[in-house]
Amino acid sequence: MLSINAYLILSAILFAIGTIGVLTRRNAIVIFMCVEMMLNAVNLTFIAFSKYLGNLDGQIFVFFVMTVAAAEAAVGLALMIAFFKNRESIDVEDMNLLKW
Amino acid sequence: MENIVIPAINMAVIAPEVILSLFAMALLLINVFVKGESKAYLGYLSIAGIVVTLFSVVSGWGCPAEGFSGTIVQDNFAIFFKVIFLIAAAMSILITDRYLEREGCNQGEIYPLILFATVGMMLMAAGTDLMTIFLGLEVLSVSLYILAGFNRGSLKSNEAGLKYFLLGAFSTGFLLYGMALTYGATGTTKVAKIAAFIAQAGINSSNLMLLAGMLLMATGFAFKVAAAPFHMWTPDVYEGAPTPMTAFMSVGPKAAGFAAFLRVFLVALPALKAEWTWLVWVLAVLTMTIGNITALYQQNIKRMLAYSSIAHAGYVLVGFVAGNAVGTAGILFYMLSYAFMNIGAFAIIILVGKKGEENNNVSDYAGFGYKHPILGIAMCIFLFSLAGIPPAAGFIGKFYLFSGAIQAGYIWLAVIGVLNSAASVYYYLRVMVFMYFKESTEEFGWVKLSPAFILCLLIAVAGVLIPGVLPGVFLDLAQKALFM
Repeated sequence: MLSINAYLILSAILFAIGTIGVLTRRNAIVIFMCVEMMLNAVNLTFIAFSKYLGNLDGQIFVFFVMTVAAAEAAVGLALMIAFFKNRESIDVEDMNLLKW
Repeated sequence: MENIVIPAINMAVIAPEVILSLFAMALLLINVFVKGESKAYLGYLSIAGIVVTLFSVVSGWGCPAEGFSGTIVQDNFAIFFKVIFLIAAAMSILITDRYLEREGCNQGEIYPLILFATVGMMLMAAGTDLMTIFLGLEVLSVSLYILAGFNRGSLKSNEAGLKYFLLGAFSTGFLLYGMALTYGATGTTKVAKIAAFIAQAGINSSNLMLLAGMLLMATGFAFKVAAAPFHMWTPDVYEGAPTPMTAFMSVGPKAAGFAAFLRVFLVALPALKAEWTWLVWVLAVLTMTIGNITALYQQNIKRMLAYSSIAHAGYVLVGFVAGNAVGTAGILFYMLSYAFMNIGAFAIIILVGKKGEENNNVSDYAGFGYKHPILGIAMCIFLFSLAGIPPAAGFIGKFYLFSGAIQAGYIWLAVIGVLNSAASVYYYLRVMVFMYFKESTEEFGWVKLSPAFILCLLIAVAGVLIPGVLPGVFLDLAQKALFM
């Protein structure tokens, strides 16, 4: 049985990869996938703590996070389609209409 | 493993949320089944829903209760914020219909979405469990992403929605990670139990997991209330979103973010007060200064008010740093008066604007004050209040925020706040200078009032002047709403 630290380090690494991905990638869908990876890293943290503490709250939290992530995906992809229809691109470099 | 205990459900506690959700769902169906071009009737129905909800909310004043095994409460703090959200939603709905008709995106879904966003905000203010707060935040955010990108045909609106979505989801990740680490450090997600565990186990800032959780949660909340350096999304989203939704977004979600921020930090993490006070001090100074200095250069009035709303978040953070009764009551009072003055100013912006979000530059207001004297005076009242000039409510609010900081011994913070407030007068007065001292090139013939606009402006003017002249009544209410 692995210690809780192994799970926490893995989820911290996943979270960091997701964050770096959001900051460096240019395609909106890839950025969104990186955000999903961050959320799943958090889910792993919750489950590891839940098991370690013998407390179910963390696992219930994960259900909520997954539901919310699904709702976010639906809305986010719809927004990307609306943007693509007008701009024919989902590159964040092309989101350049609004700036000072 | 714990035994699963059926929690004590107390539906009366979430009655307002249930009523508003039912109204929103009914409106979605009515919108599908009733044919016709005009969608204004949906706006009036949603206002009826908001009024019913308002009665349900206010009836709970002074009767604290909790439900769902303590994950949600009905206390005066939550009720005060819920009233702010409902007022903001009702005033935004009043100015929505005309705008949608002008921009040619007259779809009825906008009204249920505003109501769902309001339900999310109410859950955030009433939640006493990290789970409820997170769920409320997401109900709010997901609705707002759609509202920001509501004008599907406009590239600006698309861009605003997509930017808000990507950055909002990103910040949610940080907030959640903070919640996960706090849960790991304390073994519970209920805010009161977190504080009890910390006090009992005697953990302090040397516990790195709790400290990291606090920092990540602060990042997430700072993003939601648009505090610098996490404010970069605000100007773009506020400029691109449909104007009535900008008005709604700059008031409601900001107040909801502060409600949750206050509850989590003051109730759950008083043990780390030394650390987070320092952190919020830096956030407050950065937010005020960056917001005000950048606003000085803006030509687009929506963008200018976006930076101004960043600066206002900074003033509210000053009250947060103070953390005492005066400062916290100041936050509640300020969020209430900010709702009136900001939505009032945006209502005038909608009236002056033309199709396709044209005519939104400060220079387009040249001579407006003479062509439409009454609207000009109303705009001046809102701008004076935003600048913090007596007798408007904005002055009283700032006065309490800064005197709270002085009482708590943060003299320098109050000084920086007052200097910032003085600098902000420049860009608010610039609009008035254009309105009264520049030659008019336009006749402003397209500016026509409708009954809904008149009602919204009357509420806004009353909401700015009455608390400004009689601050005692409202401050008394705000002080009764504190949970300390």
